[in-house]
Amino acid sequence: MLMDLTECIGCRACQAACKQWNGLPAEKTHNSGSYENPPSRSARTWTTVSFNEVNEADRFYWVFAKRQCMHCEYPACASACIVGALHKSADGPVVYDSHKCIGCRYCMLACPFGVPTFEWDKPVPYIRKCTMCKNRLAEGKAPVCATVCPTKAIVFGVRAELLGEAHSRIRTRPDRYVDHIYGEKEAGGTSELYLSPVSFSQLGFPTLGPERTSRYADIAMLAVPPTIVTTGAAIGGIYWFLKRRERLMNRSTAATSDQEATMEQKNDI
Amino acid sequence: MISDKRPFPRVSTIILGALATIGLATAIIRFDRGLGAITNLEDGRAWGLWISFDLYCGVALAAGGFVMAGAVYIFGLKKYYSVVRSAILTAFLGYLMVIIALLVDLGQPWRIWHMIIYWNPHSPLFEVGWCVLLYTTVLSLEFSPTVFERFNMTVPLNWIRTIQIPLIIAGIILSTLHQSSLGSVLLMMPDKIHPLWFSPVLPVLFFLSAVTAGVAMTMLEVSFGSRASGHRVDLEILRGLGKAMVYLLALFLAARLGDLLAAGKLELIFISGRYSLMFLLETGIGVILPLILFSLPAVRKSRKALLWSSLLVIVGLVLHRLNVSLIALMPRTGTFYFPHPLEFVISISIVAAGILAYLMAGRYLPVMSQKGEMEAASIKNT
Repeated sequence: MLMDLTECIGCRACQAACKQWNGLPAEKTHNSGSYENPPSRSARTWTTVSFNEVNEADRFYWVFAKRQCMHCEYPACASACIVGALHKSADGPVVYDSHKCIGCRYCMLACPFGVPTFEWDKPVPYIRKCTMCKNRLAEGKAPVCATVCPTKAIVFGVRAELLGEAHSRIRTRPDRYVDHIYGEKEAGGTSELYLSPVSFSQLGFPTLGPERTSRYADIAMLAVPPTIVTTGAAIGGIYWFLKRRERLMNRSTAATSDQEATMEQKNDI
Repeated sequence: MISDKRPFPRVSTIILGALATIGLATAIIRFDRGLGAITNLEDGRAWGLWISFDLYCGVALAAGGFVMAGAVYIFGLKKYYSVVRSAILTAFLGYLMVIIALLVDLGQPWRIWHMIIYWNPHSPLFEVGWCVLLYTTVLSLEFSPTVFERFNMTVPLNWIRTIQIPLIIAGIILSTLHQSSLGSVLLMMPDKIHPLWFSPVLPVLFFLSAVTAGVAMTMLEVSFGSRASGHRVDLEILRGLGKAMVYLLALFLAARLGDLLAAGKLELIFISGRYSLMFLLETGIGVILPLILFSLPAVRKSRKALLWSSLLVIVGLVLHRLNVSLIALMPRTGTFYFPHPLEFVISISIVAAGILAYLMAGRYLPVMSQKGEMEAASIKNT
């Protein structure tokens, strides 16, 4: 999906539609002096629109940003999951298999975007997050948030085409956008792409390089089999060597004492 | 077999038992009303005290088991025979404590067996899970001779002794993997952990610090354990371990600072505000100070000084693990975490149960006996 924040009017129809389609209950919240509500995503609220008052280059902007799972090309949550309950599916969404999940919450820590949420108040808890409406995708429909958006700020489509569209929007209206498509390269690229009138760090988007989040963990995991072999060989080798040396030394002391014994016998005679 | 028959149960036993029971009751609340009822964990801070203290510190402090077993059985440092059993017992109980903590912390602990059938070899946690499973099994076998001896079960005893060396080697391999894999787990958060702690070589640093803390833990618990059971461990043994500490601490310090130097991050030590303070505390109290102390001949002549110095190393390790996995790990925006009182209750009660089990084992099992180990060694030598 491509989200053009210059088109977003902050109506939060996407937020409400998401709750309806996914059957998510309401949350009791407090007035925090902003239209932004609820203040954060949770197991019951998979998408929120953040309201940002930004001063940039001597201009004032009121920017609304719909946030949800970024559906990474190389999802850290999927690399992290101990039982492989999360995976990137071919048509885009990063999906969760609740039947496998053991509730370790490593995905929540691994995700660089702070997406997966947990059912803290349930005795049998699961991880919850945006599914990109995979049940709608299966029927050839767009995610519900994209369908209800009145200003077409959310466009659903094929990633490569959306990237082309985003680039052409920046090219034709360089005054309107910062020259940055968030999600094109972040953490190895994501299925969700953003265009913005102000720099993304002003909107609370994490500043991430183009490398995938699991880059170091991947190397560590590749090093496991060689570690097993070298540790085993080294420890086994040391044991064998020391035992052999000990045996040889015992034999030589035994031989010496034998000689001494014979000498003593001779003396006796 | 046990030299002093003091009145039993003692006050300490009753207190420890009570603490353990309170923890059990608290865990029941969690299984009725969810993790949110007894923790301050939230979406912005999904892992807290239990993972950082019970898992990260617990596993490292259990490293004495494989280090001492390796020193005695593989490297043939026979003078440490008298402490290898308590080191293995500590490790075994330590791992059981880690497992109990994990069962409270997991969302659906009854599904823990899923890791056996659903594999994700990309996940460092997958490595952790398998290491815990396999190494706890190995530790139970390594410890089993103590139980078999107590009940004069010669058949299983001889059977275990024939596979003793392969078991020890398997234990060393699994521990090497497990200690380092806890570092690998954190490699998945390169953008969230403060650069003073994050490093691609975290697995190596974790291994080195765990070996160091494991030896310190052995010194500590041998000193206390021997006091409790009336067997006094030779000062010679503690002195030898103290000497090993000098090399281990120096190696860790060199690796830690060398890594920061190589990454060009040395100046961060002084310009990172409260993180600088945490780093200096951790490295100063837990590494540099004990390094100096263990190097002093006066310290190595005194039981008490050796005990306090090893305690410093343990404090340093706990600080490092808390720093790297909790304090230096950025939460999501708008999250502030301080453990719920009941989180402390669970952690304390698990430690209490562990100490209780250690004391019980020391009382009823020949943990401090050197006889069995010597016999085993003489069998191997001939």
